[in-house]
Formats: sequence, structure tokens, C-alpha cells
Amino acid sequence: MWQGLYEELKDKNFLIISVAFDTGGVAAVKDWIRPAMPAQLPKELLDIMGWEETLSSKAAMPTYPCLIDERHIVAERYNMVNVPTAVWINEAGRIVRPAESAGATDGFRTLDRATFQMPVEVAVAGKQARKRYIDAIRDWVDKGDASVYALSPDEVRRRVHGRTEHEALAAANFRLGQYLYQQGHRQAAQRYFAEATRLHPESWSFKRQSWELEELGKATGPEFWAAVDALGEKPYYPPVNL
Amino acid sequence: MSVTIIDGDRPMSVASATAEGNNLWLSLDDLCATTGWELTPQGVCLGEVCVPIPAGREADFVRADGTQFNLAALARQLNQPAVHDDAYAVWFFGEAVNARDNAWQSLQAPEFTLPDLDGQWQSLSEYRGQKILLVSWASW
Repeated sequence: MWQGLYEELKDKNFLIISVAFDTGGVAAVKDWIRPAMPAQLPKELLDIMGWEETLSSKAAMPTYPCLIDERHIVAERYNMVNVPTAVWINEAGRIVRPAESAGATDGFRTLDRATFQMPVEVAVAGKQARKRYIDAIRDWVDKGDASVYALSPDEVRRRVHGRTEHEALAAANFRLGQYLYQQGHRQAAQRYFAEATRLHPESWSFKRQSWELEELGKATGPEFWAAVDALGEKPYYPPVNL
Repeated sequence: MSVTIIDGDRPMSVASATAEGNNLWLSLDDLCATTGWELTPQGVCLGEVCVPIPAGREADFVRADGTQFNLAALARQLNQPAVHDDAYAVWFFGEAVNARDNAWQSLQAPEFTLPDLDGQWQSLSEYRGQKILLVSWASW
């Protein structure tokens, strides 16, 4: 879905790099890296995604790099705990916005889980949030570091919390699990994925990836919804502070 | 039986390694070949960095006959997370807990090299000089 925005901005020294956190590798992602074809998507799904029609309607294969991260190393290095999460990097290779939800909102939590219908006002609010985020990207691409959305170094540091011992140990457990999975020891791998999830419960990536490797579809099944409900008042996608 | 050691990115099979509970002993040659660390009179060194062996705890780090080194003891000393699976004889050593925080102080975007669908490996640093939106997604 990012191709429309990329087409719009690519002549302004702007690049998108997408990274798939997928231990299942090429087999897991290949059918997903494809042209966005909104005409074929149900309205319910378009509401959940909240993209402007002008951006989502261009059916084209992504022409920016689409990389596959079986080990979730980008998640570890950039403090990403969910998808979609984005980081802005300026021309000098400096981070000007640390990991945050890339325009996705918690609107999906209001879905009717049988019909996937979303209340109209929630769908509208989701679209507005997505547009604010996309407009912020446009502003940054035009103005560079002078954009109000390109944060100062102090503000970026303020927004990044230090890695705890538990998080470091969680990532190590995930990596060992990933190695065992890749070697075909799937049962043994699950123990380390479970430990990673226990040590770093805020990581939806660890949780949902390990569910999906355990059983296809489990990452969007009843366990997922139960975990989302258990958040209570807490956000699944913390609102972006532009 | 050899042990697979993953220190950073590349899994390496280490013939001399022996796991004993939470300790992992290997020959000094394999220590250097696998991790780059070398045992010297100043302690254990990697390039310019030397970590002295804590006084009174030499036996935790080096076998009495001086032929083997305990990589797990060094990891604990450096606050590196270590996780091992004994059934498959695999040890994973992560980055020191505070290494990432130190790197974050500079705010330089951490480097990574990953394959695309065609198996072409690409690094973030190849795209330096452009504004980059790095965005994650997943199939699950």
C-alpha cells in the first residue's frame, strides 16, 4: 500500500524500505508483496487500513526495496514491537523519528468480529489519523530537518527508552528459537519463542510470530483477540505524537 | 560432539567446545576463530578492548591447564545475554544489554543487511544520502 506514496515522492530524494518480520521467510511473504488492488478488497478491509483512495488505488508492484527479516533483527535494533511501525532516517543517516505506529490506529478493536464491520465514525477517524501521518511524511520530504515533524536529537532520545535486561534476553531467546526453527527443529523452537514472549510481553511481533509458526492463522485467531481485549484501556497502537 | 555458537550473525560449528551447565568451554584457538577474543596477559582482548579477568575468579574463565576458555563467563562479565539449547548443542550470544543504548546516543540509524524476495542482500548504508522511511510489516 506504500507504493502510491512512493510514486508521489520518489523524485524528491525519498526512499521507502519495507522490512517484513517473518521467520517463515520468502514462503511466508511472497504472496503479500504485490500490487495493492483496492477494487478487489472488501470495504471492511479498506476501512481497517484507512488509506486515502488516491494513494491506495494505484495498482503497481512495489519498486522500493522489500526486505525479509527472518531473525527480526530490525525490530531489535530499532525498538519495534509491532507492525506496521516506521522510523524516519534523514540524508545523513540520523534518526529523526524513532519507532512509532505508521499511521495505523486502534480502530480495528471496534470491529464486529463476525461481520468485520466498523462503526462509520471510527473508520473516518482512522482515515484522518492515517492522512495526518502521511501528510507529516510529505512535509518532511519537502522541508527536510526544518520540518516540524523531524524531531530534534534530544526529543528523539527522550522518546526512546533504554533496552532492559529482560528485553535483551527476550531477543536472544527469539534468535535461538529462529535458528532452531530454520534447522527444522520446530518443536524445540517454540520453547524459546514462548520464553521471548514471556520476557517481553509488550512485543506483539514475538507473540504473533510465534503463534503463526505454531499454527497458521493463530496470529489472527481467538488468542489474538483475547490478548487485545486483555489490554483494557491500554493501546495496541499507541497514538502517534506528531 | 561439537557445539554451534552464534555470536552475532553467523552460526559456527566449534569442534573443541564443551557445554557444562551454564558454562561453555572452548580452545583458545577456537575462541579467537569464533569470536575474535584472545587471551593475553592483560586479560581477554578484542582489538583495542581488554577485559581483565576478575581477581580470584580465574578458574571461572580459564581451565587450570590454560588450554580452554569459558565463553559464557565472559558473556556474563560483559552483560551479554546468552541462551543455549542442550539437546541440539546451540549457544546464542546477544549484544551486551547497554550496547544498543550507547549506539542510540549518536542517533545514527543502526545498520542491517537483509535479503529481498530474489535473495539479493541489501544494506541500509547503500541508500545513505536519501530520506528513508523504514517501515515494518508482516504476513501474520
